[in-house]
Amino acid sequence: METEFAPSAGPEADPSSRGSGCSLRHFACEQNLLSRPDGSASFLQGDTSVLVGVYGPAEVKVSKEIFNKATLEVILKPKIGLPGVAEKSRERLIRNTCEAVVLGTLHPRTSITIILQIVSDAGSLLACCLNAACLALVDAGVPMRALFCGVTCALDPDGSLVLDPTAKQEKEARAILTFALDSTEQKLLMSTTKGLYSVAEFQQCLAAAQHASHHIFRFYRDSLQRRYSKS
Amino acid sequence: MKETPLSNCERRFLLRAIEEKKRLDGRQTYDYRNIKISFGTDYGCCIVELGKTRVLGQVSCELVSPKLNRATEGILFFNLELSQMAAPAFEPGRQSDLLVKLNRLLERCLRNSKCIDTESLCVVAGEKVWQIRVDLHLLNHDGNIIDAASIAAIVALCHFRRPDVSVQGDEVTLYTLEERDPVPLSIHHMPICVSFAFFQQGTYLLVDPNELEERVMDGLLVIAMNKHREICTVQSSGGIMLLQDQVLRCSKIAGVKVAEITELIQKALENDKRARKEGGKFGFAESIANQRITAFKMEKAPVDTSDVEEKAEEIIAEADPPPETVSKPVLWTPGTAQIGEGIESSWGDLEEEEEEDEGGSDEVTILDSVKMETEDHNVGNHISDDAPIVLSDSEEDEIIILEPGENPKETRIQANSKQDKVSSKNVIRKKKKKPAD
Repeated sequence: METEFAPSAGPEADPSSRGSGCSLRHFACEQNLLSRPDGSASFLQGDTSVLVGVYGPAEVKVSKEIFNKATLEVILKPKIGLPGVAEKSRERLIRNTCEAVVLGTLHPRTSITIILQIVSDAGSLLACCLNAACLALVDAGVPMRALFCGVTCALDPDGSLVLDPTAKQEKEARAILTFALDSTEQKLLMSTTKGLYSVAEFQQCLAAAQHASHHIFRFYRDSLQRRYSKS
Repeated sequence: MKETPLSNCERRFLLRAIEEKKRLDGRQTYDYRNIKISFGTDYGCCIVELGKTRVLGQVSCELVSPKLNRATEGILFFNLELSQMAAPAFEPGRQSDLLVKLNRLLERCLRNSKCIDTESLCVVAGEKVWQIRVDLHLLNHDGNIIDAASIAAIVALCHFRRPDVSVQGDEVTLYTLEERDPVPLSIHHMPICVSFAFFQQGTYLLVDPNELEERVMDGLLVIAMNKHREICTVQSSGGIMLLQDQVLRCSKIAGVKVAEITELIQKALENDKRARKEGGKFGFAESIANQRITAFKMEKAPVDTSDVEEKAEEIIAEADPPPETVSKPVLWTPGTAQIGEGIESSWGDLEEEEEEDEGGSDEVTILDSVKMETEDHNVGNHISDDAPIVLSDSEEDEIIILEPGENPKETRIQANSKQDKVSSKNVIRKKKKKPAD
């Protein structure tokens, strides 16, 4: 078990107030760890770990080329077995998020390929994939109009909100909501949900995710500052 | 993406350097690159780095019925994938030769050498055995994939723990991870592949070639050996002709290298076991070097979500009310339902041939914004009417009379359909059958 993660985080720590016991797990990231891809990043959230490699802008097959912007391809590889429909649907969600931020018109008739490899899955997988993809795109130097981050929210059967749930919390939750938010105004880029929840709960989860995204963007900034600053 | 071709001057430079017993990264002829092994939090997961070549290995198990001709043996399944991340040239469908070669070599090395005791994987003879699946993913290609993959496979197998099973008479109990500690696999020995690259028709030899050296080599000799100096597999590819004493010399070198690598593997497994037992930190998060400037960590961060309820209520209060729901579905007959009513179709004309296929009648089809498929009709039937319409496949359907002034774009030629009452344009058409008015 990852020792920095206290299992008492979340509603069990503070049963009286709804949602004020939320916390994000221990984060770690490493950039530029692979020599072949143009950009690469590994992002760890607690025990969930995703490794991303980005190639681009590079040559594109004539059948896939778009005349006025870059073709974005996302490939998600699970650790065990062959990729299935769940991976395809996650690929589409990630691609839609990236297409919204990547300035594809600066590189027409090229391809930007994002390859994600799941290294371990212990809850909030899609959010971790989004975060890793963003850092890998930054490492590759792909022009973007904003950074983006992913946050997962789980709603307990008794209605309390848990941010960045573990696998166990996700299994017991009545609804799991994943949001992709952009860095300039924390606007919503993508949302995917599973389960039963009300409109009010959706807005609450979104607001909580926006709070959490401040931490994630600060983490991005700090890690990039460490890498690029002179001191 | 296409492989970046190697320029002639690079090739010449590499070959000349090898002739002078020099390697680009400063290694000696028989030196291996740095091997780094790190484990994940779940059992059976490891990442092996051989220089810059990186392989992720994961072992998983499942209870299945055994093969018919091997009723008392478990099943082993190996799968090496060359991820597109590893090299831009590894596109799905493009790397079949290399992939087949590597997979086959890995299978021969691990399965045919009987390093895993498959008899111990049997639970109920003839009915239930364990299927052990080893998935290897190449993450970065800098040469010598097979060595890195074989190390990753054997390390993952040694690290893996399967759930405990107990058999009492006819009853088989599978214990979960919480009930009983998982059990390691029974491994007899650890076969490891060692690669030798040959240059200039076998005159010069290098151990553990990196990617550039692999591109200029003439042939490759792979020897899989364990630390007891038993050869598990030998493969020579590339069409070089080797002398007997060359092969023997290589096997001696392989023996030395395998002993070193096996010791490294044992040490890594010991460290991980100790860390887990003592409650220390383990997992990939710990293997990220802190001092690296490209790595960064953040501890658990509490998030203040006390005002989310107020915020949410504000947003909902200010937002527009949700739009009216669509009309309720109307059930005509079992298996036939209708939602909404027809509106003008905004699709262009269909081709002629479709018309002929479906009975050759021209009718204007009004499509709903919600298009439904009904079970008991041919393709393309739409009921968007309030009154029930009986549709048929009769060939004697009449032709439609359309009122002039129709927007030609809205004319859709299709075989079966309806009429629209709520549409703003007046269209008179003759229905196929009993017109419902």
